[in-house]
Amino acid sequence: MGINKKIVVLSGKGGTGKTLISVNLAAADGNSYYVDCDVEEPNGHLYFKPQILEEKTVSVLIPEVNNDLCTGCKECVDFCKFNALAFGKKVILFKEICHSCGGCALVCPVNAITEIEKTIGLINIGISENVRTVGGIMNTGEASGIPIIKNILEYIKDKSGYIFIDCPPGSACIVMETIKDADYCILVAEPTIFGAHNLEMVHQLVELCNKPYGVVLNKCTDGPNPSEDFCKEKNIEIIGRIPFDSELGELNSNGKIAVRENYKNNELFYSLLNKVKEVSR
Amino acid sequence: MRIALPVNSKDIKSELCPSFGRAPYFLIYDTTDKSMVFLDNPATRSTGGAGIRAAQMLIDQSVKVIIAPRYGENAARVLIDGGIRVYKNIAGTAEENIGAYENNQLNVLADIHPGFHHHGNK
Repeated sequence: MGINKKIVVLSGKGGTGKTLISVNLAAADGNSYYVDCDVEEPNGHLYFKPQILEEKTVSVLIPEVNNDLCTGCKECVDFCKFNALAFGKKVILFKEICHSCGGCALVCPVNAITEIEKTIGLINIGISENVRTVGGIMNTGEASGIPIIKNILEYIKDKSGYIFIDCPPGSACIVMETIKDADYCILVAEPTIFGAHNLEMVHQLVELCNKPYGVVLNKCTDGPNPSEDFCKEKNIEIIGRIPFDSELGELNSNGKIAVRENYKNNELFYSLLNKVKEVSR
Repeated sequence: MRIALPVNSKDIKSELCPSFGRAPYFLIYDTTDKSMVFLDNPATRSTGGAGIRAAQMLIDQSVKVIIAPRYGENAARVLIDGGIRVYKNIAGTAEENIGAYENNQLNVLADIHPGFHHHGNK
């Protein structure tokens, strides 16, 4: 096995440029993996239009109660901290609230609870030119995409090459799960006060998780850049700048991959790729 | 028979709390001996499933009737299974609502609130 470098691209708010950057870095590198962990709203496939080679369903375990054995002791109901179980005349399960901890089956004194599989989504593996793509999609109404992300990360765990991971927005549990195994984190930020505020939140997260990281400033203009000010104040390394440019905006909004369209002779994303390889070494 | 009402404060003159699952207290009134007790709602601390937790607490308290402004579909599943009847409140205090119930002036609360969990996807 060669190198396995997981580069996670994240940002505190949506629409900042995570997909733009992760898609283009993966395309610039080639022989790489593009991994879409935004399982609630995946959109990397709109750029890569991959040929899907394989699909796997993702399941979690939920309890099933045998009412003939149940004595109505309510141990399971008392145990469930998510309030996924209740008891009127029999045990009632709220499947969409269950977090699959398995505790109810453990505490049941008469073994009336067994665990059964429930499908919550799928992961797919595809190819687009020389880039392998991995993505997941969560079924509507499910409580958490984390089991799908775990499946994705398990799949790429020992793949060789650079693996560019497109993270869900924000700084909640699902993002923590995505960056858990990251070798390097790219924080993308916009030149607005909202951008700077959300950068501050993801910055706290990567610090807390002890991950090496750098910032890419996206949509840069000649005007003030609160995100850049924040980086200077906190002494955060800025590893790249992407201009606020209508040509790039148009390519991107048409689902085109800038690198594959030879945008500005490909200087921008190739130099960013080299920088990422250097700082993540 | 025991009646429960979600209330904003531990006072028979309290208005009813518009939220069932997140009401701070439940007033439990016993029609047989006219006694009453205020219970803290354990569900106020729940991150989710508050209606389910509150409904469970009332079942465990042997409540048979609830008077409330509204309740959600998850709470409804539990209350129906527990054989509890829910009545729509009238404007006024908990005391006035208990009086109205005892005079058969309340209607069964038929519409179940779909909840705020699905953000309009229903």
